[in-house]
Amino acid sequence: MMLIDIGIRGIGASMEEAFEQAAIALTAVITDPHNVAPLEEVGIECEAPDHELLLAEWLNELIYQMATRRMIFSRFEVTVDRTLLSGKAWGESIDIGRHKPAVEVKGATYTQLKVMRDETGTWLAQCVVDV
Amino acid sequence: MDTLQFTRHSETEWFIKPSGQMRVPAIIYATEELIRDMDQKVFEQVTNVATLPGIVKASYAMPDAHWGYGFPIGGVAAFDPGEGGIVSAGGVGYDVSCGVRTLLTGLAVEDVEPVKKQLAEALFRHVPAGVGSRGKIKLSDAEMDQMLTGGASWAVGRNYGTPQDLGRIEEHGRMQGANPEAVSARARERQREEMGTLGSGNHYLEVQRVAAIYDQETAAAFGIELNDIVLSIHCGSRGLGHQIGTEFLKEMAIAARGYGIKLPDRELACAPINSPVGQEYLGAMRGAINCALANRQIITHLTRKAFAEILPQAELKLLYDVSHNTCKVEEHEVDGQKRKLYVHRKGATRAFGPSHPDLPDDFKKTGQPVLIGGTMGTASYILVGTKESKELAFSSSCHGAGRAMSRHQALKQWKGRELVDYLASKGIVIRSPSMRGVAEEAPGAYKDVGEVVDAADEAGLSRKVARLEPRVCIKG
Repeated sequence: MMLIDIGIRGIGASMEEAFEQAAIALTAVITDPHNVAPLEEVGIECEAPDHELLLAEWLNELIYQMATRRMIFSRFEVTVDRTLLSGKAWGESIDIGRHKPAVEVKGATYTQLKVMRDETGTWLAQCVVDV
Repeated sequence: MDTLQFTRHSETEWFIKPSGQMRVPAIIYATEELIRDMDQKVFEQVTNVATLPGIVKASYAMPDAHWGYGFPIGGVAAFDPGEGGIVSAGGVGYDVSCGVRTLLTGLAVEDVEPVKKQLAEALFRHVPAGVGSRGKIKLSDAEMDQMLTGGASWAVGRNYGTPQDLGRIEEHGRMQGANPEAVSARARERQREEMGTLGSGNHYLEVQRVAAIYDQETAAAFGIELNDIVLSIHCGSRGLGHQIGTEFLKEMAIAARGYGIKLPDRELACAPINSPVGQEYLGAMRGAINCALANRQIITHLTRKAFAEILPQAELKLLYDVSHNTCKVEEHEVDGQKRKLYVHRKGATRAFGPSHPDLPDDFKKTGQPVLIGGTMGTASYILVGTKESKELAFSSSCHGAGRAMSRHQALKQWKGRELVDYLASKGIVIRSPSMRGVAEEAPGAYKDVGEVVDAADEAGLSRKVARLEPRVCIKG
């Protein structure tokens, strides 16, 4: 059973910043990012034919790292070169007692998937995630 | 939704005739009230599915349909490979083969009431639940391959359960046609420590009381009586299925362009059944079905261990195990001709009627049990497959309640701890690693599952047999 009920949105002065903000929103679905210490660094690279698919890839990469490393992240750094993204995420091991994770995210979806720049030059990066 | 968009064919059948790119009509089964409450997105999505190549007869939505990813949740669609039919990762969903397994216990409500709390503790101790929980079983690469092809039957081979269990699982516990080579290293890595774990979100394990019986004869055939205690497990293919869903969604979104398929929505990502990507997905997705069946089998084993500690007289026997996120090859008669179709059910339960050849002998006379999960404070239902469902929607029925409120809204309205205390006052024991998770899954955040089930019954998709009410709930 799946439910469309959580969307995440990052807003920033650049596309990269919007991607970083979207990643913080992803963590907020699971737990309060303020309680996550950025102790350990994980490097991330991904590729997709357009910026929207690239956002989904970036988030799915984080979901994969969280699931296999049993970690949660609170600080992010992204650079995008055309279709390539290289990024870093800082976080710590999940501590169930302290982080009290509400839900695990199964994947970033293409629903409401948007990466765009508005007339003021502000970037927005968003999609719905499946929990 | 506005009912004027439909031609109403009966009390519960809402028909949308083909227009624009639609190749076939779309049909939603629901009461007028449920239709009015449904999001307009369901209309958009059920008609979008009708545009996909090779679709047969109609694009269907069940009474619990709601806005999904590409396909509506509660969507059913069958495709013919001979007519360029497609397979879609978005038509199956991220949690491949998510489903419900119900076990009989041989206990009555008075046996369980005095030890409810101890039972909840034992179940919570034995069955890993929630984010970041790990299973005790770690699979080597060779074992992972065996699990992917063997499903529940692999698990039984490792002494997680008995051979009798397998007769009470769809596909007899083992989905044919799985291809471990199509399952990526990442999907395997995500699963390595997750065998026998419940997961989170709306996944649960519940000890339930049979609170009402609607069809005495079928209930007797299923082995259930009023005030019996049964147990239900709702979960899926864990990290492996999620990763396969994620990877193929991207692969198909890119591949569809190459195959000249025009997608009205990116989430409808699909590939022809007879294409390399289509075949690879089918092989991987069937591996994920086996993963879900193995997972529910291991959880059954852990549940039996927990019961043995508290209620050793219990005998936990499977009633049935159904999956509600799948694509399966089935034979269906269309316009008098038998055809092999690829039936996608996304948030919809298969519901074979009496004398269907794929059913175990025990259910040949009655039709299969159709297991519908509710929420922790309300009710779940057991229904039975009907003969007419074959004609109505390729033998399919609803799968659950569906949310009425977002997680965010639910968090604003309820506190986990208060909810647990409130449910305790109603005699329902909740154990969960996350109080925020409990609040997000508050019963009030869901639609009334009773209305959905009544609509499925009225439409003839399946027939009501019994209502189950929770006594103990382990929430992931």
